[in-house]
Amino acid sequence: MSIEPQGPGARSGHPAGDIASEELVGHGKFKTHFDEPSIDFSEYQTLLTEATVEEMRSIAGRYPQARSALLPMLHLVQSVEGRITPAGIEACAQILDLTPAEVSGVATFYTMYKRRPVGEYHVGVCTTALCAIMGGDEVYSALQDHLGIGNDETTDDGRITLEHLECNAACDFAPVMMVNWEFFDNTTPDSAREVVDALRTGEEITSTRGARVCTWKQAERVLAGFPDGRADEGPTAGPQSLLGLRIAREKGWSAPPVPDPDADQGSNGEEHAE
Amino acid sequence: MTDLLTPVLTANWGDERAWKLVNYERVGGYSALRKALVMEPADVVGVVKDSGLRGRGGAGFPTGMKWSFIPQDNPKPKYLVVNADESEPGTCKDMPLMMASPHTLVEGVIIAAYAIRAAYAFIYVRGEVLHVVRRLQQAVREAYSAGYAGRNILGTGYDLEIVVHAGAGAYICGEETALLDSLEGRRGQPRLRPPFPAVAGLYASPTVINNVESIASVPAIINGGADWFASMGTEKSKGMTIYSLSGHVNSPGQFEAPLGITLRQLLDVAGGIRDGHQLKFWTPGGSSTPLLTAEHLDIPLDYEGVASVKSMLGTKALQCFDETTSVVRTVLRWTEFYKHESCGKCTPCREGTWWLVQILKRMEAGHGEEGDIEKLLDLCDNILGRSFCALGDGATSPITSAIKFFREEFEAAMHTPAWELFPYERSTIFVREPAAATTSAGAH
Repeated sequence: MSIEPQGPGARSGHPAGDIASEELVGHGKFKTHFDEPSIDFSEYQTLLTEATVEEMRSIAGRYPQARSALLPMLHLVQSVEGRITPAGIEACAQILDLTPAEVSGVATFYTMYKRRPVGEYHVGVCTTALCAIMGGDEVYSALQDHLGIGNDETTDDGRITLEHLECNAACDFAPVMMVNWEFFDNTTPDSAREVVDALRTGEEITSTRGARVCTWKQAERVLAGFPDGRADEGPTAGPQSLLGLRIAREKGWSAPPVPDPDADQGSNGEEHAE
Repeated sequence: MTDLLTPVLTANWGDERAWKLVNYERVGGYSALRKALVMEPADVVGVVKDSGLRGRGGAGFPTGMKWSFIPQDNPKPKYLVVNADESEPGTCKDMPLMMASPHTLVEGVIIAAYAIRAAYAFIYVRGEVLHVVRRLQQAVREAYSAGYAGRNILGTGYDLEIVVHAGAGAYICGEETALLDSLEGRRGQPRLRPPFPAVAGLYASPTVINNVESIASVPAIINGGADWFASMGTEKSKGMTIYSLSGHVNSPGQFEAPLGITLRQLLDVAGGIRDGHQLKFWTPGGSSTPLLTAEHLDIPLDYEGVASVKSMLGTKALQCFDETTSVVRTVLRWTEFYKHESCGKCTPCREGTWWLVQILKRMEAGHGEEGDIEKLLDLCDNILGRSFCALGDGATSPITSAIKFFREEFEAAMHTPAWELFPYERSTIFVREPAAATTSAGAH
């Protein structure tokens, strides 16, 4: 599909297209911070268990001062609840001896904390300048059309939440898409549609530069500091990351030799596995 | 003369499972730690100082000097914090480093913490990079198991705890004092300086905050020596560093070279701007560094060279855009980034970036109003130097530099939409899809 020239307000490849959905949240011409969707405090159901609370306490134990644990604790809340819930805020507040308002203030500051339920897979498309220009806008608008949802919305089957992202530090692989914060490098509208179709049918897919994709909740658990055993999956580096090294090897280029490595070393009884 | 490319940090990235401890040790990993631990901490600081290593996260402050600012007579605990929040648009060097060879960073962390006598080190990594977080977590666990971290490291009596801390999505946390607030479990908003982190940083205690690449350079400096490191680079910008080439180039990627290489040299080895196109503008070090053009291709990419053309080396994120690219559109998208990422603490940045976006949006649509260019410049003038931290300053860089070099495009924005002047599909890198209703002639 092509990018259609847009007038103001028309949907298009520009995130102006998607920001339209954001603007619906506002009440007048000017959108303010207060128009952001808030945490839904009418929902009191919780999936948090005593075991979760124990894990939250263990996170607090990693730090010299317990409050430092708040960010990973909120990741853990999301790994259980699928979003930031009032119960999760309460639990953090109790453990860290903070007020719920203090915890809410933190939870609403960071974009990875979600106030509405996230689908099983969070699909993000980078639309910051470089990715956008190189095709990220088209990838993003193709996914909007294909999934029939706007920014920060979830498909009816609860599988996919779509969001446009700011720079995800993989610009040499532009355009970049992230699925549950795993890299999908050099994305095209076609490859993006294939990925989301596979996700919706429950097919297992693997990041182009990472592991088999887990669920969003499982990813949040890793970010809270609880490894999932997938660190050894995937390549060491992508081809772009290796380009300079490859060229240097081809040309015989290297850093200057390190001066006599054994001159003042080896006296402290190094043990080698060999 | 050193070679054009000098892989040191990137040297093992092509190795099979380079992220595993055993493979890192096989290529000499942790030998620098053994060497450092038999030195006096102050001597370790001395070597890093003598090497001339300067911060690789943007500001270029001498790393060894930063370490020496830690007051050792202060009874409070000392902390080392690694800034792994890489989020500056265009910047993509720290993530592949931590993915491929996390132990390079972890070894540097232990040496640096020993040098400043810290008992705790934190690696604050942005949360949006799951696999990088996994590799880091595993590397730290492996380091503990091998006796490189934890209690009584290698029998020296030195204790160090290392915590991998995942952020939650906020560019501002790359600003070192905002990072500290975030690491303390607060909203990530910058702090007033002084006091500087070296005096009152994390938990109001003496704290060193360094970029990933800076800390990852330390093992090589300890092994090779200050003179070896300083034999690369230019007079005031020593050593090798990772340049990230992206955008409309035939071969984007990471290139480790001595400081002072030029964009022309890098493009030559990387196959140049994509075929049939010419370089229009580029950033030397991310979107917060003023744009440069083809006339700056021969500027040495070191701290002084880039400053001499009124830009900044920044993170060495070389984003290249060809002649198909609309400057107004590009600048709008960067400005939207800053608006989104403004933490809201200070008025010039919070309100200013919002207004900048409003104006640039109508300009992109060809509905610019008379006086809009002046208004943009006036807004930038009221943000630059008047914001609480460098985010606001950075937000003005693309706008003022773009107007300087491409004013005519902003003037055209009074009547013609950017997508008519620069059909957007021509800037993308993939082949047009056949379903496109409009003709795809001319677009490749």
